[in-house]
Amino acid sequence: MRFAFTDDQKMLRDTVREVLQRECAPDVVRAVWEGRPEGVRAVWSTLAETGVLGMTASEEAGGMGMSELDALLPLEETGYAALPGPLVDTMAVGIPLLEAGGTDAQRERWLAPAASGDARIVIAFEDQEIVAHAGSADLLIAERGGAGFCVPIGEATVTPETSVDRSRELGRVQFEASAQYRMREDVDITALFELSSERASLATAAQLIGVSRRMLDMTVQYAKDREQFGKPIGAQQAVKHRLANALIEQEFARPLVYRAGWSMATKADDAEVCVSLAKIYAGEAAKFVAKEALQIHGAIGYTIECDLHMWMKRAWALSAAHGDAAYHRERVGRHIL
Amino acid sequence: MDLNFSDTEQAFRRECRAWLEAHAPRKPLPSGDTKEGFARHLEWEHALFDAGWAAVSWPKEYGGREATLFEWLIFEEEYYRVGAPSRVTQNGIFLLAPTLFEFGTGEQKERILRPMARGDVTWGQAWSEPNAGSDLASLKSTARRVDGGWRLSGQKTWSTRAAFCDMAYGLFRTDPEQARHRGLTYFMFPLHAEGVTVRGVDRLDGDEGFAEIFLEDVFVPDTDVIGAVDQGWKVAMATTSSERGLSLRSPGRFVATATRLIDLYHRYRDRSDPVLRDQVIRAWMDAQAYRWFTFQTVTRMSEGESIGPDSSMNKVFWSEMDVRTHETALALIGEALELDEGSAGAVDGGHWMKGFQFALAGPIYAGTNEIQRNIISERVLGLPRK
Repeated sequence: MRFAFTDDQKMLRDTVREVLQRECAPDVVRAVWEGRPEGVRAVWSTLAETGVLGMTASEEAGGMGMSELDALLPLEETGYAALPGPLVDTMAVGIPLLEAGGTDAQRERWLAPAASGDARIVIAFEDQEIVAHAGSADLLIAERGGAGFCVPIGEATVTPETSVDRSRELGRVQFEASAQYRMREDVDITALFELSSERASLATAAQLIGVSRRMLDMTVQYAKDREQFGKPIGAQQAVKHRLANALIEQEFARPLVYRAGWSMATKADDAEVCVSLAKIYAGEAAKFVAKEALQIHGAIGYTIECDLHMWMKRAWALSAAHGDAAYHRERVGRHIL
Repeated sequence: MDLNFSDTEQAFRRECRAWLEAHAPRKPLPSGDTKEGFARHLEWEHALFDAGWAAVSWPKEYGGREATLFEWLIFEEEYYRVGAPSRVTQNGIFLLAPTLFEFGTGEQKERILRPMARGDVTWGQAWSEPNAGSDLASLKSTARRVDGGWRLSGQKTWSTRAAFCDMAYGLFRTDPEQARHRGLTYFMFPLHAEGVTVRGVDRLDGDEGFAEIFLEDVFVPDTDVIGAVDQGWKVAMATTSSERGLSLRSPGRFVATATRLIDLYHRYRDRSDPVLRDQVIRAWMDAQAYRWFTFQTVTRMSEGESIGPDSSMNKVFWSEMDVRTHETALALIGEALELDEGSAGAVDGGHWMKGFQFALAGPIYAGTNEIQRNIISERVLGLPRK
């Protein structure tokens, strides 16, 4: 038993952290909110250069052949930065799905561009019509009627929907499920989409840990800086205890996410239950931290001017995406009761 | 990262399980917090020690088997899985011994550890005083220098099982000129010596689990000082960190409680509703969260890091989880929850109400959760003290 990341895994995290610190400041996220995504496009290019975007692609396909576990820490950093765009769908889900389920032509056309950041992938699972980041994607991979389809986004109809987190660029997608888009039929495509769904839940949980950590960092800093009654508000026990509670929620969610990553990477028997625990705890922690962060920021936190709102709204959206707590709790319940 | 137990660890688990299944008492012993129950528990402690299971992580020379931290966690999981008796030697083995290993002299370790682990000499803690609870540094008990040792005077309270124990340990002011945490010294002292009066206090659940200790000029030799004179605060803090953290409450206990809660749920599910069902699921998940959090911490410790103030997060989490889990059990039981131990109709022998009352002490002892939250916010998050 050794429950810690390797030095290589931590090094990759540090690289991503530095890139995002340098290139993905809150004003870059805010620009996407205001309809100016150019800055984020540049961040994606830099991330591609570090190899992170293509890390889950096999080495033959120009990637690093890395596992769900390897992807966790980079994903956590993207949550910390509130990086806009379909990173979960492209890096954690889409590339391996395309590689395993795409036809030769589809792989030829999309794999390398996805790994280099030139093509952004979004996924629509069976019955899912509203897709995050559809507004800025290049390729839609969809499951319809038990079959898989790779549809260039320009050939699908994307009707914008408005997310409370404007940087999620939601769209309702429709396309003609015709043979030209069909993915491989000689593989168990349903099983592939099921696996993809687990990956999406796990990757989202990893981002949520980063989202929590950022809100907590912002709030601890605010509590140290903001003075009332002649001293920092963070010296007040009522404030301290809220922040201690927030830290506890976050830190007890973290190992569940890491363990789920290991279970997925090693194809452990209990991987699904582990993913559910990860998603529940990371989502609930993020919502809890958001609430405490807002309360401690006070009125300034209740404005759009304060950056906090972008992380709070990300926390709300991601905690419900790819299975909310009720959905995953039911999966756990079926397993243990 | 490798979250499988190694072959060695798995073999260790099989060995623990085989021994515990063969030797653990079939029926629950009477409460270890009563005079009769305490004696029965000590018989069990002797058997544990003689088979080498009393303190698995200790060096062999003191009766341990030099188990790794992970093996210790495995032992605990197996221990609570079979429902073996609660450890009445706990305040010695898990709280005093870590201090002795860090600060004790060779002579002290030689003299104290084996009898402690076998339960031949039993230990109570004597931290709190009537006016020094959370604010331990305000304690008033004193130690006066005399030829060859010290004379202790004062009053200690909330000493767990001290009414039945032989010895105790605690802090006394050795330098009256110094204030607060300076000028205190860590002493071990006898409970049956001249000048000592011990008065048992019945706890919330009615057991005589608490005691007050009155000391009047009680002689203690120099050899029963741990660490340097006037440096007792530093020595004591080493103990409180183990108390809050791992060694007091390993995950095995809570995983076992959650498993028993699921069993209870199956027996009482016709009384359940979706809300209660969710609470049962949450209890199981929380125990898992605590287990994996601990494995992460133990990995860090195994690689040479110390846990420090992070142990306060453990303490808040397990103590509040334990209360919630027992509340859920009582909600499943319904109106029969009031049927206490000894009542014919009590569900599971009244175990859940008893456990609930014990769980309610968790957020209070070993440093209240309010104090833990102060520690977390100041020493982990870096918020200003004032």
